[in-house]
Amino acid sequence: MSDKLLEVRDLLVRYESRRGPFRKPSAVRAVDGLSFDLRRGEVLAVVGESGCGKTTLGKAITRLVGASGGSILFDGRDLLKVEGSELRRMCGCFQTIFQDPYESLDPRQSIFDIVAEPLLIHREASSEAELRARVHAALEAAGLHPAEEMARRYPHMLSGGQRQRVSIAAAMILEPELIVADEPVSMLDVSIRAEIIRLMLELRERNRLTYLFITHDLSLAWMIADRIMVLYLGKLVEIGGADEVIHGALHPYTQALVSVIPVPEARSRSGQILLKGETPSPIDVPPGCRFRARCWKCAELGGPAICAEREPEPLPAGEGRLVACHFAGTHL
Amino acid sequence: MLLEMQDLCVRFASRAGDVQAVRGLSLSMAEGELLGLAGESGSGKTTAAMAIPRLLPRNATVAGGRILFDGEDLLAKGEPEMEALRWKAISVVFQGAMNALNPVQRVGSQIAEAILHHEAATGRDEARRRVEELFELVGIPAARSASYPHEFSGGMRQRAMIAMALACKPRLVIADEPITALDVMIQAQILNLIKRLCSELGLSMILISHDLSVIAETCDRVAIMYAGRLVETGGAREVFESPAHPYTAALLGAFPNVNKERVFVAGIPGNPPSLIEPPRGCGFYERCARRSPGCDEAEPASVDLGGGHVAACPLARGGSR
Repeated sequence: MSDKLLEVRDLLVRYESRRGPFRKPSAVRAVDGLSFDLRRGEVLAVVGESGCGKTTLGKAITRLVGASGGSILFDGRDLLKVEGSELRRMCGCFQTIFQDPYESLDPRQSIFDIVAEPLLIHREASSEAELRARVHAALEAAGLHPAEEMARRYPHMLSGGQRQRVSIAAAMILEPELIVADEPVSMLDVSIRAEIIRLMLELRERNRLTYLFITHDLSLAWMIADRIMVLYLGKLVEIGGADEVIHGALHPYTQALVSVIPVPEARSRSGQILLKGETPSPIDVPPGCRFRARCWKCAELGGPAICAEREPEPLPAGEGRLVACHFAGTHL
Repeated sequence: MLLEMQDLCVRFASRAGDVQAVRGLSLSMAEGELLGLAGESGSGKTTAAMAIPRLLPRNATVAGGRILFDGEDLLAKGEPEMEALRWKAISVVFQGAMNALNPVQRVGSQIAEAILHHEAATGRDEARRRVEELFELVGIPAARSASYPHEFSGGMRQRAMIAMALACKPRLVIADEPITALDVMIQAQILNLIKRLCSELGLSMILISHDLSVIAETCDRVAIMYAGRLVETGGAREVFESPAHPYTAALLGAFPNVNKERVFVAGIPGNPPSLIEPPRGCGFYERCARRSPGCDEAEPASVDLGGGHVAACPLARGGSR
């Protein structure tokens, strides 16, 4: 068995968007040529601002959106090419936990029905008794006790934390290998978050899971992930060990993001790198380095021609790290 | 003192019974202060703050207490008097800038409208000029005042909301979760803007947030609420460096801190109590790791730790040392 669960190569996800009823549709380059490996058993955090393509990436891997190019190899097979019953079978290996437990659960279904649904769709339970046993086991494993009573409830009877546990139970019931977790705790109160994250990490140990953990919260990514991948406008900016990326960021974009991470300490901030403006739209991706217009380092260096002319490719920068910048390096 | 809330109680009527959202809150702030009001959902922070300009939902009643603004009790005032104070003396930056602007009206004219409504003597040209000044002040090019909200990015909409709150030169601004739902970089930009405005204009501001990190690095003073009560207040430095209430300490411990060792944060098991039948004693009793018998029987007295640092827990005196 390879130590790589997934090999994503040159992944492209483009879709058309109309900016007005009478305008021509334009191509949105949500994921724009992305390559990385997902190692078996790791937590890979995908971070970046809105529009960086992190959510689209998660959806492309679980085949919730179609890819326009590239490949995603799983055990040597290209996930993007499987269809029909085989796709359905493989989908059981990849499950998603969504952000909003208030919207992702059907209010008219009981907790039992919500958690049992994947088993019914995949026809995995041979009898009513087996179905019941597996649903109850999944609820217990997700910390919803007593399972029998919880199974009879409806989503509105549960707290936000309990709802997210239901999402986790439903995602785990097919015993997947990969969980794509898209901002799974950002809607929850801080005091509840830790328990949900801890549950997810415990289940990783128990079920030998791999997580693609999508978040905008860099300090959360730092705390739970083995590696962090930073995206900007659909491209890889930097990838490496969580601690290395946060405490030794090499790309000027990562350095800026890290410099504004809020910390629960009263102190005057120093060394904040405030980027001007906001992420441009993935419709009008500029030539050359797409971060150039907001890049503090490019400005500091007087706008080198190479930044405008050539798109930087991710290049190795030390142990297990890749950085896509012509002038990568620690600042200050 | 610019603002003094004394023993404020607010209730919400609900089918299940009255929810006692704010239960005897006493809190004051000086002119020019940037006060952070923190707490989790349901702690009563937004309700307490919105009681000041009397902008509570219909089913809410102020059941007791006083709100002294510049020495005058706002709760004793009639609606016309409050109407005169709103926006001119006390204004609000509402949560969710995306939905707070009218989508079919140009942003600049929405702000001009607020000025014209509250300051009848102002002419249209004067109002337009003020809008352009306000735009520059919050960092939007004046020319963009003719844009519609959908042409603005999220950060610019939030800046416009801040401009609108400042339109009639208020003395107190209440900002309700002004950076929630914005990107990290935009959050930092808006917080810097808020800090700059407060020091340049001598504004007093209440910054409501569930995020202690945001309050820690922005505010001079902090007040932390739980289950409708104030659990701790004090200078930001004192409270964050030596939290005296077990809830404050636990909540602080729930935030990852990239300046410290990489450890897994501890959450706070359990849920806040129901405020339909609020507990007799300490609201945090059920979740408190340091509780002792008796904590659930009577409401804990406030312990004064000096320098305006107060915590509602008998352990406070020993705990903060």
